[in-house]
Amino acid sequence: MLLSIGLPLIIEKLVLIVVVVMSSLVIAMYATFAERKVAAIMQDRRGPNRAGPFGLLQPLADGLKLFFKEEIIPNLSSKLLFILGPCLAMLTAMMTGAVIPWGDKVHFFGRDISLQIADVNIGILYVFGVVSLGVYGIMIGSWASNNKFSLMGGLRAASQIISYELAMGIALIALLMTTGTLSLKEIVQQQQEHWYSWNIIKQPLGFLIFLICAFAECNRTPFDLPEAENELIGGYHTEYSSMKLGFFLFAEYINMFLSSSVMVSLFFGGYDIPFVNDASLAESIGTNWVALIHTAVFLFKAACFLFLFMWVRWTIPRFRYDQLMNLGWKILIPLALINMLATGAFILLQQNNWHF
Amino acid sequence: MSVIEIMFWFLSVLALGAAVMVVASKSPVYSILFLILTFFAISGHYILLNAQFLAIVNIIVYAGAIMVLFLFVVMLMNLNAESEPHQKNKWLLYIGGISGGSLLLVMVAALKKVAATNQLVQMNNGEVGLIKNLGIKLFTDYVFPFEISSVLFLSAMIGAVVISKKEG
Repeated sequence: MLLSIGLPLIIEKLVLIVVVVMSSLVIAMYATFAERKVAAIMQDRRGPNRAGPFGLLQPLADGLKLFFKEEIIPNLSSKLLFILGPCLAMLTAMMTGAVIPWGDKVHFFGRDISLQIADVNIGILYVFGVVSLGVYGIMIGSWASNNKFSLMGGLRAASQIISYELAMGIALIALLMTTGTLSLKEIVQQQQEHWYSWNIIKQPLGFLIFLICAFAECNRTPFDLPEAENELIGGYHTEYSSMKLGFFLFAEYINMFLSSSVMVSLFFGGYDIPFVNDASLAESIGTNWVALIHTAVFLFKAACFLFLFMWVRWTIPRFRYDQLMNLGWKILIPLALINMLATGAFILLQQNNWHF
Repeated sequence: MSVIEIMFWFLSVLALGAAVMVVASKSPVYSILFLILTFFAISGHYILLNAQFLAIVNIIVYAGAIMVLFLFVVMLMNLNAESEPHQKNKWLLYIGGISGGSLLLVMVAALKKVAATNQLVQMNNGEVGLIKNLGIKLFTDYVFPFEISSVLFLSAMIGAVVISKKEG
């Protein structure tokens, strides 16, 4: 029954929400630091190393700098929408975390606490819905800036995200046909048995399409045309300064982390520890320790994806605009459709005991 | 009032207020943003009715895709009150009023037949809105209308391609 919930559940979920939001923010903060360090290593430099030991306090210094900058709102802009833009960008970036299973469960105070904020039965569609709303922050912010270059950036972002959403959705359909459920928790649990039951083995092409589309949805290189600095000054955030600019930049890193988490739970077994039988491990060291290891494994997998995002950024140059559209509409969508049809035919044959 | 009733009233007021603002606001960009808000309120109603799939599809398709394209077009055209041609034809106003009024009449007539109950709306019973039951219903009882509507979509897609080819 809806809304007939007890106080302990509310407290438990509140604590979980605070922890997830806080840790996403901290991870995104250190993702900016990691990005600069990775760039430095690839370009044979040292990278930030002044603030704190090994430069570890650099993200704090960056944030502090952004807070102390002067806040400028253009005179001829609509103020409300100008402020709403970065807020929406941040909000939609954070919302995905609600359905991701960060671990199995922990046992505290005589209660089994699931390490997932909401196990809704439309889980993956929720992620898809939030992703499709992500473009509003950029569009509203860019329009409210009342600047040609900002508007161009916003329009580029909108057309790019809509184009790649289609391929992403069709790739997801193929995955859902193999899993038979929309709940992220169940998808992860199906992948627990063996290391070869991970969905990447069943849907390699689907994963590739999903990965490319995730890069496009996060506006990361090679798809960072909305903020192409040599064509559009700063793109959609040209007019922004201070922490509002910081929010736009920061939302990109949160998006990166959360789309890495979605990819890990959909294709790479979520919190599954490879080559280890989790049930017997839980018996020998207890549920809580296993949950801790699960979360650590999950974060490690997500960190690998974050590194991939950065690696690609400093290796591959930006697409031209017509190349971007051709890749989306003429290559990815037909590939995704073929993948979907092949998966469907395979499942039908399997149900029919391999007779035509 | 129970929690569900409070949520129902909140969502209804939000939906109706935002819908009025769609018509009343001067800038078309604000109109579209209010329309998006209306869609969210309607999705909230779907969730109260235990139709989660419909709620999220409403958000993905309408708020996430169609409204982005609307916003896209309006931002490109940069419409505002000054550039809009002033409507001088009085007859259009009368005809609009009459047709809107008759639609209202039809709706009121249709609602009169519904048995009046004390309950505002039947909340949270019925499982047909959940995705599994909805899928089974669509592919067994309603498979013919479902396929017909997919043919309609296909023809619309082909039409769009043909039009864009002619212009290019």
